[in-house]
Amino acid sequence: MSAREEILGRIRTALGEHRAPVPDIVRGYRTADGRPTTELLDVLVDRLEDYKATVVRCLADEVAGTVATALQAALGAHSHGDVVVAPGLPAEWRPDGAVEDDGRPAVALAEHAATVTGVTVAVADTGTLVLDGSPRCGRRALSLLPDCLVCVVTSDQVVGGVPEGLARLDPRAPLTLISGPSATSDIELQRVEGVHGPRTLVVVLVT
Amino acid sequence: MSAVDLGMPSLPHAPRGVGHLRGDRSFPDAARESLRDGQLRANLGHATSTIRAKRKAVVDEVPDWAELREAGRAIKAATMARLDEHLVALEEQVTARGGTVHWARDAEEANEIVIRLVQATGTDEVVKVKSMATQEIGLNEALEAAGIAAHETDLAELIVQLGEDTPSHILVPAIHKNRAEIREIFLRTMPQFQEQGVDADLTDEPRRLAMAARAHLRERFLRARVAISGANFAVAETGTLAVVESEGNGRMCLTLPRTLITVMGIEKVVPTWRDLEVFLQLLPRSSTGERMNPYTSLWAGVTPGDGPQEFHLVLVDNGRTAVLADEVGRAALHCIRCSACLNVCPVYERAGGHAYGSVYPGPIGAVLSPQLTGVEDNASLPYASSLCGACYDVCPVAIDIPSILVHLRAEHVEAQERTTPEAVAFRALAKAMSTPRLWRLAQRAAGLGRLLSRGKPTLPAALPPPASKWTRTRDLPTPPRETFTQQWVRERGR
Repeated sequence: MSAREEILGRIRTALGEHRAPVPDIVRGYRTADGRPTTELLDVLVDRLEDYKATVVRCLADEVAGTVATALQAALGAHSHGDVVVAPGLPAEWRPDGAVEDDGRPAVALAEHAATVTGVTVAVADTGTLVLDGSPRCGRRALSLLPDCLVCVVTSDQVVGGVPEGLARLDPRAPLTLISGPSATSDIELQRVEGVHGPRTLVVVLVT
Repeated sequence: MSAVDLGMPSLPHAPRGVGHLRGDRSFPDAARESLRDGQLRANLGHATSTIRAKRKAVVDEVPDWAELREAGRAIKAATMARLDEHLVALEEQVTARGGTVHWARDAEEANEIVIRLVQATGTDEVVKVKSMATQEIGLNEALEAAGIAAHETDLAELIVQLGEDTPSHILVPAIHKNRAEIREIFLRTMPQFQEQGVDADLTDEPRRLAMAARAHLRERFLRARVAISGANFAVAETGTLAVVESEGNGRMCLTLPRTLITVMGIEKVVPTWRDLEVFLQLLPRSSTGERMNPYTSLWAGVTPGDGPQEFHLVLVDNGRTAVLADEVGRAALHCIRCSACLNVCPVYERAGGHAYGSVYPGPIGAVLSPQLTGVEDNASLPYASSLCGACYDVCPVAIDIPSILVHLRAEHVEAQERTTPEAVAFRALAKAMSTPRLWRLAQRAAGLGRLLSRGKPTLPAALPPPASKWTRTRDLPTPPRETFTQQWVRERGR
């Protein structure tokens, strides 16, 4: 007998011939909330800053400039050429001189100092940004290897809680949920930001 | 009620001789040693109290925590009730998206499968994401024996691996080490410090230690061709796998190598995508005490041009079906490995993880390990608890650990073939308590114990054997001057 058949057979034995009906699942938790967008944005900013991310708010026509300024603050004045952006990032969000991810071997992305991507949804209550591998978000390695990550979030992408966030996602896409910069608490439970992922996370919030 | 009582064929437990589910000593013997280690107790006390406070703060701010917890419990119960159907659905979905599913009856078979898969790629080294399942089956040792180097990439796992130590906590495996001890391990073992030796520019500040780990692992990530991970959840409906982590080492492993091998216990499956909306709220707050962990990766099969182009999922039984057969003990399979029960347990806080002898320490380990191995192989663990119930209170999926502990104790007692002094004593007590004349005699005899107490509230611990086995770890109160019945007769007459 194959291992598959044997394990499935064991499960059937364990559950017995006459199976109990499947117990009901009561989903009494919150799945939506009526908070206005302005309040959600404030919560999102509060959570992100709590994780030591930098948050900058701007208007729709100020994105490229805001991104450039934020990059300058994070990297220093000289390193504009080191910025790589997701292939589907809108032209009006791109800082001058940034190169586009052209699908080169993923490890080559480590040579860049910073990345700019969009997100697909942001969850206010947990300060979570979700990237889904779409052209605007880029492949997973893009938001991982460069040491500084800039994410542009538009206010229509912000939802209140985790259930609303997951409901907007395609479960078959390669998804990355990001809540603050990379961190560890492995040494005496003291939080240290920035281990293997980007050590700096900048969120540009378009309102 | 055990599987045997129901007249069911008994299902195989996790095999002996492979993996890390059995200690080489009983819990009391191992705990006695760790209780003497003052440094360990200080490290543990500091760590568990810190994380308890963080957890409490972020759980208290969620108004619907009780509803989420109930939904989490119910989803797990519903999953177990149709586990075979969900696994078959998961296999179908993963296969449809370009992955390959393998089934392993036990640790040995799982290790063989992984070794074969690694060898097929032609590489002799792999990077690993922290995973309880691969620790349970002893994968690193099996890989090493096959000439394959496995590099742990989680900071705490790296500390444990470089220190040739064993993990002592589910979430923070190096919780028993403090910063000075970690610095010493890094200086001794990381190639980057070899030339500089003790003069190396490495302080014991956590940030500096974390950056040393970053430098140590960076190049390994970039050259790795094969990664091995566990899984926190696998969604049957969509074939989506989830790994929850903090450092980004998980993302490195799940994204950069060409081949990804994920090893997971069969109980990790959840039926629907929607179920994740519950667990992704319960797990981080219970685990690290954060609103959300820094990184969660979700993937289904293979995505062209993004991440590994070859994906294998190894589904492991290793005693889980034997646990499933026990209607009471089955709830131990609901565990989502958050480790909240370890952090609140007064026994864990003092004895530490190593005393449990298994990769699953603390209260959940005390109910999971004996069930995976058969209670005879971990007979002391169901007793490694004061039954205070704090573990049940914090469990995000409401596993009634104290009840399972009592259930396993009963199973252990019933399985005893030789009569123990304790059994003789309790049999005599039962006889006395059901015969009024004997009971009065016994009470009068117990009154003689007052002579031993010399006026103290408890009897001396140094009673002669076999009574010493009982009194060594328990205070026996001095019998009162008169019994309740005597007092009643004296004050109110018959």
